[in-house]
Amino acid sequence: MKPAPSIVLFSTASGAGYGLLFWLGLLRPLGLVPAHPWLGLVALGFALALVTAGLVASTFHLGRPERAWRALSQWRSSWLSREGVAAVATYVPAGLFGLSLLAGWPVLAALSGLLAAALAMATVFCTGMIYASLKPVREWRHPLVLPGYLLFALFTGAALLAALAAFWRAGAAPAALAVLAGAAGLALKLAYWRAIDSAPPVATAESATGLGAIGRVRPLEPPHTQSNYLLREMAFRVARRHAARLRRIALGAGFAAPVLLLLLALLAGGGAAMALTALAAALALAGLLVERWLMFAEATHTVALYYEGNPG
Amino acid sequence: VTCLPDRQPGAKALGLVIDLDTCVGCQACATNCKEWNTSGHSAPLPDFNPYSAGAEGVWFNRVHAYEAGEGAKGRTVHFPRSCLHCETPACVTVCPTGASYKRAEDGIVLVDHDMCIGCGLCAWACPYGARELDEDAGVMKKCTLCIDRIYNETIPEAQRQPACVLACPTRARHFGDLGDPESDVSRLVRERGGYGLMPELGYEPVNRYLPPRKPAEVAAARPAEPAPRAEEIANPLLRWMDRALSR
Repeated sequence: MKPAPSIVLFSTASGAGYGLLFWLGLLRPLGLVPAHPWLGLVALGFALALVTAGLVASTFHLGRPERAWRALSQWRSSWLSREGVAAVATYVPAGLFGLSLLAGWPVLAALSGLLAAALAMATVFCTGMIYASLKPVREWRHPLVLPGYLLFALFTGAALLAALAAFWRAGAAPAALAVLAGAAGLALKLAYWRAIDSAPPVATAESATGLGAIGRVRPLEPPHTQSNYLLREMAFRVARRHAARLRRIALGAGFAAPVLLLLLALLAGGGAAMALTALAAALALAGLLVERWLMFAEATHTVALYYEGNPG
Repeated sequence: VTCLPDRQPGAKALGLVIDLDTCVGCQACATNCKEWNTSGHSAPLPDFNPYSAGAEGVWFNRVHAYEAGEGAKGRTVHFPRSCLHCETPACVTVCPTGASYKRAEDGIVLVDHDMCIGCGLCAWACPYGARELDEDAGVMKKCTLCIDRIYNETIPEAQRQPACVLACPTRARHFGDLGDPESDVSRLVRERGGYGLMPELGYEPVNRYLPPRKPAEVAAARPAEPAPRAEEIANPLLRWMDRALSR
């Protein structure tokens, strides 16, 4: 599948933003991050900026962005529509949360923060389901795809909150959570890659043409000599050659290095923690961009069977 | 709305039956499809760089060719690929806007181009590659089963068929109601062992493909022609030749 930059940017930035909103809304009432209103407001601003930047980027993927509002209508059947509804709905408690921080209403701040946290995760869940429900793409149908979306949002969100809370000398709880989520993410990614590398295809050139009764099926003449939308969009294979190296980069920069830096920050504390957590959050986001890109580049669609036959 | 209509038993399911035994891969169906649909319901179908390298555009019907089997049992099969108007089309249910829909009255899957936002998710959801984005208009386009021909009362009744079916010089394409077990197309599917594509994905395509006949079947199906007797030959010249050569 073609890794459209707008979608890669969307799922990384919005995922991190929703993760940050989730941890902020959840940890603040629990007293695990300082209740200082300025930390709340700065973190909320960061979260909404990331979410909004991601959502705006995602509209660049549309053929008719001016009609994007129509995508809110089919929540009964479409995960993309549900994602849109959840994304828009999250702004309401998030805005209320900001307002109560400014006005100094602690109870409303806690309640709206918790509601924003729930809706933020619901949005990421819908994003994951868009991919996890596509039967023709076996790499996306895998049961680890949805947990991956949730876990990576939790990881980058916690790392960002740790970096921000470090300025108030109180980033320990989110940093510890980020270490846990990052380690879990690393394990999940390794398990996922092992699984998709050995999983059988969802369909074959024989079942795609129904000619298997005659024997092995291979393409002879293509229907057109030049490219088309299907080949560009769904038979993308530029980076498979570099997949192994890119996987190492995603694991190293996206998960292993940030987890180590966060552990160091937990040990060091103080001013060093500020620099270390900020670096960890930046690395996690950059590494996740590579991971998201690979998520598309490594995905295969059954339409390629018609053009290329069985892989390998 | 993108929820699928309730399925009624015996409901109309219009679709195509494509005979892979007689298809010769001439591309006439694809060409006539492009010709009709570039000025029909989904008009226009864009072409980019039409007269230079990199020429490409939106087509609803693409004719592939495959080799199947090895050696003497091997076959070359021409294989037209277009929308199969599935009974459970995920392309419809994933649509966030309601632009994609499946008609309750005849099962045709269509796109409302005034509502489509061009997100491309339906094309991802289709395992068959039936949908192509019109990158000029920014909306998704697909086979309409020539909805603007089959119900068109301004053209002669014999022509109220999809353009691809009318164009086929070997009559390898048939159009009809596959929901009616007694229709000509349903009978054809029964007699020839017609099948749907990628059944394991569960989309329940309506269109059916008729497999190439086996070489033994072809020999058996060829009628043995007995030589005519002399009195059956009407032409006097031929009758004289037959008699002269039989001596």
